[in-house]
Amino acid sequence: MISVYHYMILSAILFAIGSFGVLTRKNMIVIFMCIELMLNSVNLTFIALSRHLGNMDGQIFVFFVMTVAAAEAAVGLALIIAFYRNKESIEVDDFRLLKW
Amino acid sequence: MYSNLWLIPFFPLVGSIINGLFGKKIKNEKVIGGIATIAIFLSFLVSCQNFFRLLGDTEKVHQQILGSWMSIGILNVEWGFLLDPLSALMIMVVTGVGSLIHLYSIGYMHGETGFYRFFSYLNLFCFSMLMLVLGNNALVMFIGWEGVGLCSYLLIGYYFEKKSAGDAAKKAFVVNRIGDFGFLCGLFTLFWALGSKGVWTLNFVEISENAHLLQSGGLLVTVVTLCFFLGATGKSAQIPLYTWLPDAMEGPTPVSALIHAATMVTAGIYMIARMNILFAMSPTTMMVIAFVGAATALFAASIGFAQNDIKRVLAYSTVSQLGFMFMAMGVGAFTAGIFHLMTHAFFKACLFLGSGSVIHGMHHAYHHAHLHDDPQDMRNMGGLRKFMPITWITYLLSCLAIAGMPFFAGFFSKDEILWWTFASTRGSYLVWIIGTIAACMTAFYMFRSLYMTFHGEQRTDVRAKDHIPESPWVITLPLIILAGLATIAGFIGIPHAIDVAHVGNGIASFLDPVFGQAQQLHNIGIPEDLAHNVGLEIGLMCMSVVIGLIGIGGAYYMYMKKQELPAKFTGAFPGLHKAVFNKWYIDELYDFLFVNPCKKIGTFLWKGFDVCVVDGVVNGIGWVVKGLASGLRYTQSGFLHNYAMIMVVGVVVIVGYYIFG
Amino acid sequence: MADNLLSLMTFFPLLGMLLILVIPRDNGSLLKSATLVVTLITFVLSLPLAFDDVFTVSGGMHYREFHEWISIGNFFQMNYNVGVDGISLWLVMLTTFIMPIAVLSTWNAVDKNIKGFMALLLLLETGMLGAFISLDLFLFYIFWELMLIPMYFLIGIWGGKNRIYAAVKFFIYTAVGSLLMLVAIIFVYYYAVQSGAPINGFGIQEFYRLAIPSGAQYWLFLAFGFSFAIKVPMFPLHTWLPDAHTEAPTAGSVILAAVLLKMGTYGYVRFAMPLFPDALQTFIPLLAFLSVVGIVYGSLVAMMQEDVKKLVAYSSVAHLGFVMLGIFAMNMQGLAGGMIQMINHGISTGALLLIVGFIYERRHTRLISEFGGLAHKMPIFATIFLIITFSSIGLPGTNGFVGEFLALMGAFESGLRWYAVVATTGVIFAAVYMLWMYQRVMFGKMTNPANENLKDLSAREIVLMVPLLVFVFWIGVYPNTFFEKMNPAMEQLLNQMESKVAVVEQVEQPVVAQMVEYK
Repeated sequence: MISVYHYMILSAILFAIGSFGVLTRKNMIVIFMCIELMLNSVNLTFIALSRHLGNMDGQIFVFFVMTVAAAEAAVGLALIIAFYRNKESIEVDDFRLLKW
Repeated sequence: MYSNLWLIPFFPLVGSIINGLFGKKIKNEKVIGGIATIAIFLSFLVSCQNFFRLLGDTEKVHQQILGSWMSIGILNVEWGFLLDPLSALMIMVVTGVGSLIHLYSIGYMHGETGFYRFFSYLNLFCFSMLMLVLGNNALVMFIGWEGVGLCSYLLIGYYFEKKSAGDAAKKAFVVNRIGDFGFLCGLFTLFWALGSKGVWTLNFVEISENAHLLQSGGLLVTVVTLCFFLGATGKSAQIPLYTWLPDAMEGPTPVSALIHAATMVTAGIYMIARMNILFAMSPTTMMVIAFVGAATALFAASIGFAQNDIKRVLAYSTVSQLGFMFMAMGVGAFTAGIFHLMTHAFFKACLFLGSGSVIHGMHHAYHHAHLHDDPQDMRNMGGLRKFMPITWITYLLSCLAIAGMPFFAGFFSKDEILWWTFASTRGSYLVWIIGTIAACMTAFYMFRSLYMTFHGEQRTDVRAKDHIPESPWVITLPLIILAGLATIAGFIGIPHAIDVAHVGNGIASFLDPVFGQAQQLHNIGIPEDLAHNVGLEIGLMCMSVVIGLIGIGGAYYMYMKKQELPAKFTGAFPGLHKAVFNKWYIDELYDFLFVNPCKKIGTFLWKGFDVCVVDGVVNGIGWVVKGLASGLRYTQSGFLHNYAMIMVVGVVVIVGYYIFG
Repeated sequence: MADNLLSLMTFFPLLGMLLILVIPRDNGSLLKSATLVVTLITFVLSLPLAFDDVFTVSGGMHYREFHEWISIGNFFQMNYNVGVDGISLWLVMLTTFIMPIAVLSTWNAVDKNIKGFMALLLLLETGMLGAFISLDLFLFYIFWELMLIPMYFLIGIWGGKNRIYAAVKFFIYTAVGSLLMLVAIIFVYYYAVQSGAPINGFGIQEFYRLAIPSGAQYWLFLAFGFSFAIKVPMFPLHTWLPDAHTEAPTAGSVILAAVLLKMGTYGYVRFAMPLFPDALQTFIPLLAFLSVVGIVYGSLVAMMQEDVKKLVAYSSVAHLGFVMLGIFAMNMQGLAGGMIQMINHGISTGALLLIVGFIYERRHTRLISEFGGLAHKMPIFATIFLIITFSSIGLPGTNGFVGEFLALMGAFESGLRWYAVVATTGVIFAAVYMLWMYQRVMFGKMTNPANENLKDLSAREIVLMVPLLVFVFWIGVYPNTFFEKMNPAMEQLLNQMESKVAVVEQVEQPVVAQMVEYK
């Protein structure tokens, strides 16, 4: 029987993978995908707990998260394209303008 | 009945405003001077009317209330005037002498730039002085008190292009302000002291009526009166605040006559007389007053010995004579003090105006000869008698009066004071001795100035020698009137001992309603056994005449007979002469003790405390923040991974804290 | 009309500012005239207040206006709640009176970006008037901050050489104080909510009745007091003032001295003291001490200044010391003295700064050593300067005396006797620094050839000084015009504080405990 714990563990693993990716990868697209992964791991938690607790709030939140993630994807990709046009690169290390 | 009192200060105020606003456009000196003189003369007429009405009236205290000035809670101050024998006498002196000096000024100030300004100030001064004298409460008096200080400032600084004049004006005002500090403290303490007994008032009549609520001889009344006395020393140029008066001679001579001899400087005496009931309650204060007065009389007279500027001699003489008046106040001889105030107003005004006449003549002569010698230096004068006979006669009469020669005005008033210092219940032999010595010195230096100016050989530069004119009538007429008064005014106060015709002591009985109560209540007066000791009184009188004659004789001997003596004397005691000539270095001492430390403290507080400490802290905080920020900004590496890492660490720490903490 | 007279008066300048914004920026004279007209109309709008006898009868708030404004359930409620009483009346009048004069003074002085300057002046006027009429703490805070911003720009853009430093210093000093006050305001509000006392948004009249435990009062008073003390400014928080004054353009420093500084003293009278009377009792000795130090310190430092405007700034520190001392006397004389001294300072110091402005416009320097002997070339100027000088010294018959005398007398009659004695030495120092300055600027021989061609005052300059001179003598000779409208309000204030101190003493322990829990 798959209990709510399994969902929790799965989403924790997904979240960890996502954050590891954000911290280590240099390609913006990959970082971006990792963020999506993190978001979705959270979504998974929401749904699992919602079901577990019999409360629909969590599922509603997931819709919000998905909408925001979609908007974020649009803005994020647009930014990445803009960056690429400037620097011919999407490596994050090439963008260090905001420093001391 | 006495409803026109307000007119007395009102006329000069109007005169002042007219000349102040439109004088520049009027231009015509006769019109300007005329307006001012008529203004003050009109108040003289109103004063006369009120004076004589009061003389025949049985009720001696009258108030006229114009309206409320400030009214907040328990404090209610009115614009009100008070006419009693004391203020009646004072307004007569102020407007009378004032009118003469206005007239004199038309001649003396002829051709000065800012002629209108001068008369505007002079009228404003009369206004202030009359407010001071007539005010029915301490605050209206204070308006006049400060107002005369202001006018004194303006008039001393009349020749404002001269730095010395500006300095002297500022000094006069600031020193007076130190006195005002005392006045204010006294006022506050009195208001509070009476208030705590249930009477919140500043009105003189009410203060007199309720003074008995305070403990006689108590600390409170002593503090109040000492504070007021500090005020009086400022205005009336007594030790320790006398230093401004000699410097005040930078002003035009009529100003010296009116303000710094006849009227303003007597304000302190007047104030003490006005509050005589309070002062009588504190023997300690009375004693302090008597000794300060005596010390000033002696000290100022000593400086008068060595001055060569004719006006400075007169200035120190004024300080010394004011000391006599304070002596009188201190021993409870209020009447004698006011009497001397009046006679002094006549002869000292005459002396000053006489010196003005001389300066006017000398100036004219030097101008004619295109010389730039000092027209005020007595060493350049001598033998002026033949050029200025009227000036000489009037000066001589006044000198006789100030020296206390029999039957001149000063004789009666000064002897009355000395008699009281000797015989009064509050008297003291020490004060009497000092007073007598000072009287001798007065006679000496006054006649020294007379001889140096009018007698002996003429020391004026040959080129100017024959161009010294007698002054015009506007100048000599006031001289004649004042000299006449200086000669005969004493007869209103004939002492009991020599009253052979039994006319009575007019001024004493006139002022009795003001002073009688305090003197009776606090046992101030001449004890019975001495009061009837006619022989003693006459004996003392003769003695002071002899002392005066010694002074005159000394002056005659040194400055007429053996003219080499003064030089020999200074040669023998060079240090002493130098000290006296430099006024005992009191100004330098004050500079050293007060002025310079204040400046240093001010500079230190500004550059040291304000800029370094306070702003140092403020800017310091700014620098610390800036420093921290410039260190911390290196954490902003620009690497996305750093930021992300920090975020994760942060999350881990916070979550960890909640789980394990 | 009378129903919303206060709002009309307060927001008319804001309306005027919008008008200014549509005038082309290069049309300088139109901009100036329009601003002048707006400020004059505001003055006219405020005149009915001055002639209304209701203030002589009752000490309460009049011309009340009340609208709910921002409300977030039971959580947060603030209202547009305004009114005037005898205490704020004359400060409102002073503001509307001084503004046209300030505008007129800029006629030749400001030449860069006139549009911005005028717009900011009008915004400032709304802020100042709003702060004086607010009866809601939050609304007061908004107006209080609203004043800060235009002043910051006035100094920072149109100021002298060191203007940025002065502007930032001014801003930070004031902002630090205001933030503390904001915290205190919020605390008072939530305390009131918590204690279940009847409240009306942040309405101060309801807050007056709160019985705040003395421990909390202590800190709240500190926060309010600190903020106001900076604005007054009280020693040792005064160092922003000389810089701000020296760097600000003439109109700016006139408004700063005449009105903005009064915000601090007014804040004490309206907020800090009646809200926390218990804590006030604890702090009076300290505050009186600082006031007296301010008087002596300000005078001594003023004496040694080389720059006329700095001298005036330090003299303000001394004068405001008299105001504070009078207020802390906590009796009718002292309070009346303090209140009238606020008006006096506005008039005399405002006039002095205008005078400094006149010579600065002519010579572009304010150093005393550059001048000397001006009396000869500029007789009218010399006369006006002299009158104002003596008004500042506090000569009887001029306004300065009435204020100083009453403040000192009030302090003397209360427990502050020795403070009053020391403060009275201020009258000596005032004479020293003012007369010394006057002598060095006006008297003596003209030694500096640059002064040879100075012109006397123009008609415009005389016109703008005359109203000030009128009030110098009016307040000096017949201050009852002002006192009769202040007296009922001051009486009410003192009674209310007295009764409240009694109430607070009875507050029981549980309320305090509840309070701590709430924190």
